[in-house]
Formats: sequence, structure tokens, C-alpha cells
Amino acid sequence: MAIQETPVARRLKTVKHVVIVLSGKGGVGKSSVSAQLALSLHASSPNVRVGILDVDLTGPSIPRMLGLDGHGVHQSSDGWVPVYADAKSGGEPRLACMSVGFLLKNRGDSVVWRGPKKNAMIRQFLSDVRWGELDYLVIDTPPGTSDEHLSLMEHLAPVQSKLSAVIVTTPQAVALLDAMKCLSFTRAVSLPVLGLVENMSGYVCPCCGEVSNVFSTGGGEEMARREKLTFLGSMPVDTELVTLLDAAESDRKNGGDDDNAASAEAEARSFELLQRYQATSSAKLFSTITAEVTRAVAAGMAKESGGEPPESG
Amino acid sequence: MIVTQRAAQATDPLSVPSNAPEHCPGTESEQAGKADACNGCANQEICASNTPKGPDPALPFIRARMASVKRKLLVLSGKGGVGKSTFTAQLGWAFAADDSTQTGVMDVDISGPSIPTILGIAAEQVHSSAQGWSPVYVQDNLGVMSVGFMLPSSKDAVMWRGPKKNGLIAQFLKDVDWGELDYLVIDTPPGTSDEHLSVVQYLKESGIDGAILITTPQEVALQDVRREFDFCRKVGVKVLGLVENMSGFVCPSCKGESQIFKPSTGGAERLAKELSIPLLGKVPLDPRIGKSADYGVSFLDEYPESPASIAYIDIIEKIREALGDA
Repeated sequence: MAIQETPVARRLKTVKHVVIVLSGKGGVGKSSVSAQLALSLHASSPNVRVGILDVDLTGPSIPRMLGLDGHGVHQSSDGWVPVYADAKSGGEPRLACMSVGFLLKNRGDSVVWRGPKKNAMIRQFLSDVRWGELDYLVIDTPPGTSDEHLSLMEHLAPVQSKLSAVIVTTPQAVALLDAMKCLSFTRAVSLPVLGLVENMSGYVCPCCGEVSNVFSTGGGEEMARREKLTFLGSMPVDTELVTLLDAAESDRKNGGDDDNAASAEAEARSFELLQRYQATSSAKLFSTITAEVTRAVAAGMAKESGGEPPESG
Repeated sequence: MIVTQRAAQATDPLSVPSNAPEHCPGTESEQAGKADACNGCANQEICASNTPKGPDPALPFIRARMASVKRKLLVLSGKGGVGKSTFTAQLGWAFAADDSTQTGVMDVDISGPSIPTILGIAAEQVHSSAQGWSPVYVQDNLGVMSVGFMLPSSKDAVMWRGPKKNGLIAQFLKDVDWGELDYLVIDTPPGTSDEHLSVVQYLKESGIDGAILITTPQEVALQDVRREFDFCRKVGVKVLGLVENMSGFVCPSCKGESQIFKPSTGGAERLAKELSIPLLGKVPLDPRIGKSADYGVSFLDEYPESPASIAYIDIIEKIREALGDA
């Protein structure tokens, strides 16, 4: 099939795989799974290049999670330059990040946009950002199945063969209901699903070690079995990770609005972040999820050249 | 030369019609109908001709329908999964606990309606009568409307873009036979987009009595709540206060309290101070709240003695006070 030459297709020619992180419900950990996936892919090999695109326009969390709050986006002759989370690591930067959060003047500014404007922003993110050569582009989405998702699918249509999705859910019934809707969405737009991640499955009490199922447990695995999806794994609530991604260590004495100071501090922190993430217990659990994702993506590509995407509709 | 790119934010979000092109300057703007972005817009001539612009034809109907509703409350949060729907449901139940209070709950989260499940009426359908659509009643004085009642199966996804969502919200406000209501509590999806703008726009004439912002203690959530507060300020909705949800977790075996979502930057308390809005209260994380929501039973009725229930009741009392209904 000849790839149509839209600006998006042209730009994404140098991107090998696009992994879209979806969930019907909000607050189940899409952004934290996206961030972990990016960090973990980054760590999986010394020369893999990863991009992370945050299309949650009204609630961007990726900058905060990667410790990149306060950065701005620069324009070059070849498009917008993404913010590199590992810019300070010495070597060639290979964790690129783009979010509407980088375009806001103040952290508290709201982006009150209706559909058409969001659509335009997403198109720009896909066509105007100078991603360069990427092995994986992880896309973090807002909750629901609406404008952002439809726009994303529409603009990514020319590179359909590179797309795949990961669905994130929490174990309780209310979240599973929305995850089902999300699955229906992927089927309607024929987006291959790599698998399901059950997040916030159990919490280990720091004082007595008792595991409580804050948001119940096992629901995601059950749903994966019922819907014949690959179950990628379950992640317990890890306060260490919450704190790390929330960047608790950053001492915001004056509200953190001082642009220069904030960004210098953020840079130092984000490089650290990569190493500190490796030390959390979640990193080990997540590396199996990442391995499964890499394997499935590679297998999907192999199947793709043979014909239909691996869809168990 | 390197130039830092900033998003343009000049237009009044309320004056941009739902079917406007991407760079619509807003119908109230000097540039209306004349800007480059207006080329090709269906409404260009109306905007350019400077004739008085007619309001949305749905507005008079909404005003008529909403005339019998005393208090209209919005439950908002920039972030998802912080407990908006759970809180809305508790608020609905608490208001309806008084037999003489008529309460309505409207769920405008079109692509992820959770209210029917949380209120235990997921299997119900909406019926239409000569007066309009009848809400689904949880009990005699608690009526509910949600897109969840209109789907053939709970698995079905509603894949709608903005204008279609706005149309449904207008219908919820004008075609639903709410009857005489003391309170209408509106549950919203996360974010600051179509649904929020539409609700505020449609209710502008009838007046919204206030918004309740829900957050969790960690900074990632507070960031989004700051944005939601900014939205309220922009569109002129009064914020009644902030509720911190999932604030601390009490281990059921050792009773030790720990922070799952650490208030690394001072939590809701500091944010409330920063924005000068009242902090209505903190609700601890209790696994039974999630369970009750899954089974569709009222947490307040099931576990009236739990610390979370006490916190809820206290918050609801404060909301009544803020409204002047206590």
C-alpha cells in the first residue's frame, strides 16, 4: 500500500512504532504508564530512541512526571524541537518529549478549547515536531473516546501499520466498564491492541506489610481473559513511584514560577529521574510489561507485512 | 534565531460557537467574520454583517425548563479518577435523604458515564412522555439522567466529537422532565473542554449557583485543578470550595495511616490558600467507597460510622451553608 504523503506521514516516516496508551477512565494511570513505558524502553537498550507525546490538552501531566515542568518549546527551521528528558546525560539525547504543558505561560493556565482547536493542535504535534529518528513514539491520551482520540486516529491513518495500543485500567467495576468502551473504540477504528495493564492493583501497607486491595483486584486480568486480550501485567500502588513522578523532592519555595531557576532545577532532576526510576520496585515489574510490548510490537510488524493486523474482534 | 512558542490565548472561550473553525476569534470580537480563520465558516456572513446575533435557539427552552430548579451545582476537576462521580453520587444521596428535597443528578460525561453504575441503576432505560424524557429515579426524590441509559450495551463506546456532545447536553437541559427540583447536581468529565463550556453557556441565563472542585493530594492532580479554577474564573462560575479526596489511607489490619498519594506540595490545603477558596474537607481513601460504587449502594447509608462518611457529611453541610440553605 502506498503511503499517502500527508505532512504527518512525512514527519513520522522516521518513527518505527507508535504505541498509543488508552483508557476509558481518568486517573487510572495512563500518564504514569506512558512515562514508565518510555523510561523503561529507554533503559532497555543503550541506543533505542524514544519519543513521548502528551495529547491530553486540557490536563497535561507528562511534563510534571518527567520532571520537565517549566521548559519551553523552541522553534527551529525544521519544526518544533521536543524537550529532551535526558539532555544532561552527556550522550546523545534519546528521550524526546512534547506536551501542551510546554506551551503554557503559567502552570495554572487552563486550555479552554473546543474540538476543532484541539484537532489542530494534535495535527501540529504530529506534523510539526522534529522527532528525528525514533524507535518508539509513546502517545499519552486523555480519558474518554472523543475529539482527541478521533483526531489522533484520523491524522495517523497514513501510518496505520505502525500503530498499536495499550489499554490501562484499574481493577474496580466502574473503571472496567470504561475500559470496555475503550476496547470497543479500538475495534471500531481497527487499532490493534497489544494488551491490558491493570494498574493500582493492591497496596502494601508500609507499617505492617498487609496487602489491601484499595481498588479491588483481578478485574483487569478477568477482562483480558474474557476479551481474549494479552494481559500485560498488574502494577501495585507504589508510593515510591507516585512520589518520584510527582517530583516531591523539588523544593518550590516561591511557587516555582521563576522560569529560569525552575527549568535549571528541572533539568538536573530529570536526568536523575531515569536512574531513580530504575531503583523503584515498579521498574522491575514494569520491565516485563515493556518486554512484552516490544515483543508484541515486533510480532505485529511481522504479521502486518503478511496482511491483517492481529485483531481478535 | 530560536523563538519560544506560546499558545495564543486571547479569545473569550464562551463566545466561540461550538461549530466554529479552529482559530475563530469569537463572535463578540472586532474581528468576527473578518479574520482569516473565518473564511469558509458557515457563520461568516452572520458575524460580518454586524446584525444583532441571535442567541442559541435552545436557550429559551432551557431557561423555561430550568426555572423550576432552585440550585444548580457543578462538580468539577481537571483530572480524571479523583472521585467526581463518587462525590456527585454521595451529594445526591445526601440531599435526597430529606424526603421533602427534590434532587436531580445529571451526568454530562458522555464518553465515560459512571453515574448509573455508582447509583445502582445501570440497567435502566430512559422513557419519553409528553413532557419530555423522564429521568430515571433512584428513589422518589432522586432523579438521574445520563447518556449511560441510552446505550444499547454498556460496552458501547460513544465516539462523538464536540458538537454532537453539545447537542446532547442541550437536550439534557431542555428535554428532560426534571420537574420541581431543589438541587440539580451536574457531574462533568475531566478537563476543560466542550462539555464544560456547553454546560456553562447553556446555564448562563439561568445561573449556576457554584462549582465544587475535587482533587487528590498529589501535585499532578493539583496542577489540573489549578487549570480548572482558571477555567471557572474565565467563564465566571463561582467556586464554592475544594474537596481533597483519597487523602490518607487507613490500613484495615493495623489501623496505621499512610499516604498513598503524598501531598508533596502541601496538598489541597495549600492550594486552597493559594487560590483563596475554602477547603471544604478531606475524605480519606477507604476501599469500601470504591466497593460501594461498584455495587451501586450508598456509602453513607452502608457505613455511616466510618471516618469517610463523617467527612462527607461535614463537607455536604458546608456546601449547604455556602449556598445559604443550612
